[in-house]
Amino acid sequence: MTTVHIPFLQTGTLAVGGRLLGEDDRSVQSHADRPSSLTKGHRACQGCAEALAARWVMDTAVEAADEKLIVANATGCLEVFSTLYPESAWKPPWIHSLFANAAAVATGIAASLHAQGRDDIRVLAQGGDGGTVDIGLAAVSGMFERNDDVLYVCYDNQGYMNTGVQRSSATPASARTATTPAVGRQPGAPQGQGKSMPKIAMAHEIPYVATATVADLRDLEAKVRTAMSIHGARYLHVLVPCPLGWGASSAESIKLSRAAVQSGIFPVIEARAGELTDVQPIRQRMDVEEYLRPQARFAHLFKPGGEDALERWRAMADANIRRYDLMGERS
Amino acid sequence: MREVLEGSQAVARTVARCRPGVVCAYPISPQTHIVEALSVMARTGELADCEYVNVESEFSAMSVSIGSSAAGSRTYTATASQGLLYMTEAVFNAAGMGLPIVMTVANRAIGAPINIWNDQSDALALRDSGWLQLYAADNQEAADLHVIAFAVAEELGMPAMVCMDGFVLTHASDVVELAEADEIDAFLPPYRPQQVLDVEHPTTIGTMAGPESFTETKYLQHLRFLDATEVIERWSLKFREAFGREAGCLVSRYDPDTLERDHAAPPAAAEDIAVIGMGSVIGTLQAALAPMQAEGDHVRLIGIQSFRPFPEKALREALGDCRDVLVIDRALELGAGGVLTGNVGRALAGTRSRIHSVIAGLGGRPILEASLRDVIRRTRAGDVGRLEFLDLKEGGVPVPPVGATEVAR
Repeated sequence: MTTVHIPFLQTGTLAVGGRLLGEDDRSVQSHADRPSSLTKGHRACQGCAEALAARWVMDTAVEAADEKLIVANATGCLEVFSTLYPESAWKPPWIHSLFANAAAVATGIAASLHAQGRDDIRVLAQGGDGGTVDIGLAAVSGMFERNDDVLYVCYDNQGYMNTGVQRSSATPASARTATTPAVGRQPGAPQGQGKSMPKIAMAHEIPYVATATVADLRDLEAKVRTAMSIHGARYLHVLVPCPLGWGASSAESIKLSRAAVQSGIFPVIEARAGELTDVQPIRQRMDVEEYLRPQARFAHLFKPGGEDALERWRAMADANIRRYDLMGERS
Repeated sequence: MREVLEGSQAVARTVARCRPGVVCAYPISPQTHIVEALSVMARTGELADCEYVNVESEFSAMSVSIGSSAAGSRTYTATASQGLLYMTEAVFNAAGMGLPIVMTVANRAIGAPINIWNDQSDALALRDSGWLQLYAADNQEAADLHVIAFAVAEELGMPAMVCMDGFVLTHASDVVELAEADEIDAFLPPYRPQQVLDVEHPTTIGTMAGPESFTETKYLQHLRFLDATEVIERWSLKFREAFGREAGCLVSRYDPDTLERDHAAPPAAAEDIAVIGMGSVIGTLQAALAPMQAEGDHVRLIGIQSFRPFPEKALREALGDCRDVLVIDRALELGAGGVLTGNVGRALAGTRSRIHSVIAGLGGRPILEASLRDVIRRTRAGDVGRLEFLDLKEGGVPVPPVGATEVAR
């Protein structure tokens, strides 16, 4: 039997308290003087995993950049709930331009800082799956291809939640959205569509690509730190459950994230220069049902006629487990 | 130093001497020679301390420019036609955020049908984008306008388009005298952004504004445009004093006898016919009018140098009591008439002027001197109505017969 080494973690059901860790290993969030880059008072929904992820990403990046960080944000929930004039929840210098151009705006900031000799200031771009995988893909790909010194973070809630839960190309098969209703012969989002942005990023052979979830915030933090220790184009893809869009309880966001990972649906990986370098193994294998059943967008899978779609989900999980060796069978 | 230069080279060298921190571009005809020349200068060091960014689309070219300008660098880009339309969303956004980007528009038609030749449909389609729009009559002015554009844009915190007719100016060689780098250094203040992404003084740029504040935001943008007329006049005057030649300003007047540009020329008289042009057609008009002036047929030439802000007061002053105003329009507002004409009409509302509009030179159709003289004479005779198309082939365009194996060239 293979032994899987699990790092000490601060949060979650399998966690060990941060206070038991050495000072350098403790979470940025565990410090009383954490940067609080995304401050309280914003308008995110209860249980919004994007707000949670963004706060951890930003605090870690701000600390790693020695507080010299500029942020470019795509249009979307994150922008709308944080910066309704005349208020702003952001402490770092922050710009929102358009839906599709966060990566290009970030390139411009990086170019400007380089021209000014300010290479000590770091640049982060962020957006949702719509702004990254769909409408912003050309700009993201251009930034990758030029290897611009930008960390791009995609908060993937698998749909256009800000506009009322419509399908994006990151919406998984069979999910019900406002534009892929759960009616007809093939209810929900069509099978065989959707694109994997981490794989697209890896195909650009950029210095660093990673995925993470809010179920393991320590891992998310570590990946931001790693990304910030590298220059050039970097990509971080974070799965962020959306209670509204997924039809799940606000209290379930962490649990759903964990189920996505432990069922094999969302592989947590790291890659450098296009090569897969690390994979987070599944610790307690869960069935895809544990991920799908709490979400109303998949309710039709558990009604008569949903069996085939459910089987396809299992096949998808098995394929991921094989492809990424998520059970540690090859190590 | 007077030298013979292609318009694009003249512009590229002048832009380089304005010391931009970031130049970003995506190629499109007829803008290509400008960004090619700048890329060479970025490699040779003639364009020092500048990041030259090759992007994957015009949308990203303007987006990179937005980021660069917001991070505190003097920023330049260039485009034309479909490229300008492709970046439209970001063009409006740059203006809304008050970022003083300077962009050359090498004016070109808009498809379909696809057409790479010159008219002014592209920039004029973006007349409501919140950008200053300055139009060059010739290569000398095209180069000089960039110096003025950076000064005006940065003082106002507004982006500026310098519009030059594609091919007619960009690809034509002419005698020019470029502003030297040290002269521009003395003339153009260093870029001090009015708002900047600064880690020492963090600020949020690009928030959402709801119904309670959006109108006021747009009203303030409009007021800034009204301020712009004074700022453009002031910098143009400063330019004339520093360099000893006319460039920019709002409206250009021409001496009724010599047809040379003269800001002190008297306003048009009631019996005059005033011909209004914008861009390189002014040069064609100068050539077309010369024989008429020699015959004593006094036609007054007036050029529009600033389309946004539109110089209503300066235009009314230049036109004086003139009854017949002929607008040579290089862009068609389909279903309505000429774009420039519409703006002239608003400026002259309530006056006794009759406005005649001639749509000329769409998609690179040559504007012939004889055709211009003909339309002016017919205007004098009262034979030109509100709108006509210069040299329109009423019977249609000749095509090879069906079944022809070779396309006639």
